[in-house]
Amino acid sequence: MIDLIIFLALLALGYGFGRYAELKHYRSIIQREKELRDIPAVATKFPPLTKAVDVALVSGSVVISVDYFKRFVAGLRNLIGGRVTAYESLLDRARREAILRMKEEARAFGGHIIFNIKLETSSIHKGRKNGVGAVEVMAYGTVLIKPRKIS
Amino acid sequence: MLVTNIEIIPGKRITKHLGLVQGSSVRAKHLGRDIMAGLKNIFGGELKGYTELLQESREEAMERMIQQAEAVGANAVLNVRFSTSSVAAGAAELFAYGTAVVLE
Repeated sequence: MIDLIIFLALLALGYGFGRYAELKHYRSIIQREKELRDIPAVATKFPPLTKAVDVALVSGSVVISVDYFKRFVAGLRNLIGGRVTAYESLLDRARREAILRMKEEARAFGGHIIFNIKLETSSIHKGRKNGVGAVEVMAYGTVLIKPRKIS
Repeated sequence: MLVTNIEIIPGKRITKHLGLVQGSSVRAKHLGRDIMAGLKNIFGGELKGYTELLQESREEAMERMIQQAEAVGANAVLNVRFSTSSVAAGAAELFAYGTAVVLE
């Protein structure tokens, strides 16, 4: 009986806080994506060979954990198969956050475009019930920095 | 030392290829961070401790790669890639590799 109460409490906590955290995170992602739209990130490997520019490697990474409620829902989904929307939003958030952090670093360098962006995802296993505990996403690329004009 | 993940640097010519250089670092998480991560596993959200940990070990891997490149006399590392693999429960290997070259 006590086990059941603890389980339900965890579910409720996970649902409440998880939902709140996700909404807040998405709001911040959308806001920052708007601010950083002037630095495009492209997957092309070959930059235009025009003038000499400075380059620098930039990267951003984030580890995001899934909440208790979503893990439970995903566990249920495992029984019948199909789309696991609980994890889809987790990965989407992680990828967008990693790209944003990379762009923030690029801005700190004074860059204007990022080439050859690569995304790397790895799951950090907690070892329990072989579920996805948390995912790490890393985004990296090369930023081109225009030489300063002498004015 | 110039480190980048593209193959051609605009305005610079490669005079010499020196082959592959690599660096890696294996890290284990520590207990304090693990407890916090356990809590976060209920509430969801970013695990800042882990983000920092992985970032640090990646920097170390890159540092080692750069040392290797310096040892062979390169002044740039092109086409750098990162990869992560978990070796054992609780430990992860961060690996960086690239091509060492001499730019004019």
